[in-house]
Amino acid sequence: MSQDNIIEMQNVHKWYGELHVLRDINLTVKKGERIVICGPSGSGKSTMIRCINRLEEHQRGKIIVDGIELTADLKNIEKIRTEVGMVFQHFNLFPHLTILENLTLGPIWVRKTPRAEAEEIAMHYLEKVHIADQARKYPGQLSGGQQQRVAIARSLCMKPKVMLFDEPTSALDPEMVKEVLDVMINLAREGMTMIVVSHEMGFARSVAHRVLFMDYGRILESNTPNEFFENPRHERLQLFISQILH
Amino acid sequence: MNQPHPHVSTQPVSAVRPPVTSVGPIGWIKQNLFSNWFNSLLTILTLYLLWKIVPPFLRWAFVDSRWYSDGAACREADGACWSVVGRNIRFMIFGFFPHDQQWRPLLAMLILVGLLFYSRNRKHWKKSLAYAWFAGLVIMGLMMQGGIFGLTEVESTQWGGLPLTLLLAVFGLTAAHPLGVLLALGRQSRMPAIKALSIAYIELIRGVPLISLLFMSSIVFPLFLPEGVTINKIVRAQVAMILFTAAYIAEVVRGGLQGMPKGQYEAAESLGLNYIQTMRLVILPQALKIVIPPTVSILISAFKDTSLVVIIALYDLLKTTQSMLTDPQWMGFSTEAYIFIALIYLICCFFMSNYSRRLERELNVSR
Ligand SMILES: Nc1ncnc2c1ncn2[C@@H]1O[C@H](COP(=O)(O)OP(=O)(O)OP(=O)(O)O)[C@@H](O)[C@H]1O
Ligand SMILES: [Mg+2]
Repeated sequence: MSQDNIIEMQNVHKWYGELHVLRDINLTVKKGERIVICGPSGSGKSTMIRCINRLEEHQRGKIIVDGIELTADLKNIEKIRTEVGMVFQHFNLFPHLTILENLTLGPIWVRKTPRAEAEEIAMHYLEKVHIADQARKYPGQLSGGQQQRVAIARSLCMKPKVMLFDEPTSALDPEMVKEVLDVMINLAREGMTMIVVSHEMGFARSVAHRVLFMDYGRILESNTPNEFFENPRHERLQLFISQILH
Repeated sequence: MNQPHPHVSTQPVSAVRPPVTSVGPIGWIKQNLFSNWFNSLLTILTLYLLWKIVPPFLRWAFVDSRWYSDGAACREADGACWSVVGRNIRFMIFGFFPHDQQWRPLLAMLILVGLLFYSRNRKHWKKSLAYAWFAGLVIMGLMMQGGIFGLTEVESTQWGGLPLTLLLAVFGLTAAHPLGVLLALGRQSRMPAIKALSIAYIELIRGVPLISLLFMSSIVFPLFLPEGVTINKIVRAQVAMILFTAAYIAEVVRGGLQGMPKGQYEAAESLGLNYIQTMRLVILPQALKIVIPPTVSILISAFKDTSLVVIIALYDLLKTTQSMLTDPQWMGFSTEAYIFIALIYLICCFFMSNYSRRLERELNVSR
């Protein structure tokens, strides 16, 4: 494999019981590359990115992250998870911990960072997502948009090499979508490697190097944003784009 | 132009008061006690019953009662004979512990209660508290057992009464809870052997009454021990109670674990936390908080179940009272003695539920 590939998926298949949800996925992501994935509901987008940090197990094929192949080996899985940040649709903040504690949990327990230093890092990222003044509050006291920004900061505190986003804005009220997207755009400007499941076309156009279209567990199309939206080749994609435009 | 819209209220905010009948004591009575004919009927019935019960009880307990007289004088009075408690309190509380040494269990109990009270405040939950408990336990053991530092040795067969009850309860409950949590985790384990063992244990224990476990611990279990080896009867009873209570706690905790959203596990795991860290830092703090009310129910009933140790001839608080009542002088005054015992149990249970509610409130800041 090449040195600057951070993620390689080769002929990956996955089944839920009888249901074939990933069919022969091949995907290579270079360091610094930003990829947006879209596709109809149930097409396997979440499943695919969750395979990358082994929240789901693939049954066939190979997934290599940062030079380590994902197998049943727990040590490898934990190692990879520290390098791969994940942001969920429903934030999944820890409600019993303050914002600051949410952010320092990983660094202190996984990276073994001293508490004072971990808090410093946490405050740095909270400032980055414009929410430093809420550090002592609990997640339940924040709005959805604020919670999602905290979730992004929580992942960043682990200093990951890749960030995965699974529909980060689709559980948000419309007026909060922008504040989260702005944070993600800033992240992109700094050169973070990102894989984002999202139907935000504006976001895809402004930051993505490549946009993928998934359907029935396959990657049907992969192209630059411009080509992807202006000249969709696949019939399914043409239909899909006309639907999300209206 | 200045004319307000017809639907906009022009009345000043403070001027309007609700009608008298809906506020004040009269309003309250009307609303809560006589809101309809059925409610009114219940209210009148309750008042009648209270009138029938409360004054005679007060008369029995406080007006016609005897507080200091001996048994013979008591028999001539109509009211309660509280002296049955006053005169026998040392035996009821300390059982057969040598009379001149009874300051020792008293001191042990005071240390225990003091530590419990100090631990109530979550601000005190630091490492030093653990040391304090450890030191406290050593001193308590020393006080009960004796044998060194010039303290006469007191065999555990002579322990009894309230110290024994508290001992069984406090150690039983503090040991049963973590064991129950481990069992609950075991039941959810992905490793089939651990899972099967946990399920078998839980179902087995829950299918057996505590009394039979106590019998087994006192009669059957020693048969399996090699010749010459004996295990203290109190320890055996204690272990039986711990094993019993843990099975129930395990099921309650399992309920809490199942109530946790999957996203919490995923978020913790995607930070790279391992299984133990995920459970300890993310899942259990939330799950255990949800199950505080049912857990406390179990603990309270386990506390009361300590009185079952009488069946293996341990003299707990209830048993010492019972045997005191066989004294001819005090025979027949069981009502008073049992009311007193009931009060002790009530106070303990009240503090347990009071503490749990407080804990819940303190942990609730996150909502
Ligand atoms: N835990 C599971 N068990 C069984 N089937 C599942 C499970 N998770 C997902 N599926 C199925 O797998 C398929 C792919 O699901 P996935 O969540 O990856 O879709 P998606 O593209 O992310 O859809 P959406 O846009 O709705 O999030 C769907 O048909 C779904 O019903
Ligand atoms: Mg999805």
